[in-house]
Amino acid sequence: MKRKCSCKRHIFCLGLFCFIYILFFKMLCGPGERYLPRKMAAQEVQPSETIAKLKLESETLKTKLEEERAKLHDVELHQVAEKVEPLGQFVMKTRRTLKGHGNKVLCMDWCKDKRRIVSSSQDGKVIVWDAFTTNKEHAVTMPCTWVMACAYAPSGCAVACGGLDNKCSVYPLSLDKNENLAAKKKSVAMHTNYLSACSFTNSDMQILTSSGDGTCALWDVESGQLLQSFHGHAADVLCLDLAPSETGNTFVSGGCDKKANVWDMRTGQCIQSFETHESDINSVRYYPSGDAFASGSDDATCRLYDLRADREVAIYSKESIIFGASSVDFSLSGRLLFGGYNDYTINVWDVLKGTRVAILFGHENRVSTLRVSPDGTAFCSGSWDHTLRVWA
Amino acid sequence: MWPLSAVVSLLVCEVQHPSMSTKMQSSNNTVQAQRIVQQLQTEANIERIKVSKASADLMHYCGEQARNDPLLMGIPASENPFKEKKPCTIL
Repeated sequence: MKRKCSCKRHIFCLGLFCFIYILFFKMLCGPGERYLPRKMAAQEVQPSETIAKLKLESETLKTKLEEERAKLHDVELHQVAEKVEPLGQFVMKTRRTLKGHGNKVLCMDWCKDKRRIVSSSQDGKVIVWDAFTTNKEHAVTMPCTWVMACAYAPSGCAVACGGLDNKCSVYPLSLDKNENLAAKKKSVAMHTNYLSACSFTNSDMQILTSSGDGTCALWDVESGQLLQSFHGHAADVLCLDLAPSETGNTFVSGGCDKKANVWDMRTGQCIQSFETHESDINSVRYYPSGDAFASGSDDATCRLYDLRADREVAIYSKESIIFGASSVDFSLSGRLLFGGYNDYTINVWDVLKGTRVAILFGHENRVSTLRVSPDGTAFCSGSWDHTLRVWA
Repeated sequence: MWPLSAVVSLLVCEVQHPSMSTKMQSSNNTVQAQRIVQQLQTEANIERIKVSKASADLMHYCGEQARNDPLLMGIPASENPFKEKKPCTIL
């Protein structure tokens, strides 16, 4: 009996307390936040007006940008290229098949010595191969699955990799095959979401990374310090590529926001932005001269953007190609564009004329990664069928 | 019971008038919008060249580099480490 009575009393007290509290605050606040100092109240009225003004200004600027770009669009690339000799028949075959991964191959990179390859896969393994002999030279097991990014250091003495662990780690490669590589691992980059791509800059000392958290970042390998971060993408950044060394300190990134952004590595500023793709951009690669870059997207097209004309200058597509392009790379002269697609094929495009010159079959699942060797003698493709193929 | 009533009254207060976080949100939106405008201004002011000139330069580069491109020109099997070397026959 006693307990019941005290409950009732408590509820009554609670109700009364609430009532008084509400009354108290209503008196203080009133309908228009009078408890705020005058200044803040005045500022509060402005933001919605300012935002509307800014939105209008950004729309006007976007239109102006399109107009400026259109003014210089006097001709199409393939029209200018009509006088170029057409390419002959291409015979490219699989020359090596690298078997050893236990699951989907997600990424690969060539060493500057033109024979070693590093590849990473969904099962967490990172393998270094000798592409001439197809022997495995090193193997590391990462603590996470889905190692989506891997890169060879310019010196050939280390590899970087990362994925669902949100980090980019560098493993120095030793000549002693029995040495446990995992012991010497160095964690360099830390993102707040998965690592989608990584690349060493001109030296072993700095790494550029892109992440599912929408940012790219430049890191110092030795100290793990963040040197520069690049904000601007509105969604996951899926790929990046550094400009060829002659053209300076810029890189291009592509993301799920359908945008390809060109960045200044020193200032962190986005210099140019291109938004013509209709879906996620899976891969970006600079043209060998550094004046243009190509992109491959889930909208089943590859596109060429010229940086000095500041616009898209070519689209590589066919009605029969309906699956996304996962990875693109140029041949040494930039005349050929190789694209790995989700329909298990590799399409070879004439960059200047915009036509397809060859279609390569061989993989038994999606082609997820594709890179031309540093001396241009061959290119390697990695696939969800657990293998890598070297074509020449 | 007293902590519970305190919690309930706090909740009620939240409902009665908006908190500081939405004010910060609107000023963040302004900052973001300002950044977008600045970015667009920078992009609109860059120097551009005509597509005809840019295309001509791309073609020129291709032409110059074509002879150094093994995948384009094809190099003899003996020079390509990936291609099988044809066996020599001694006549």
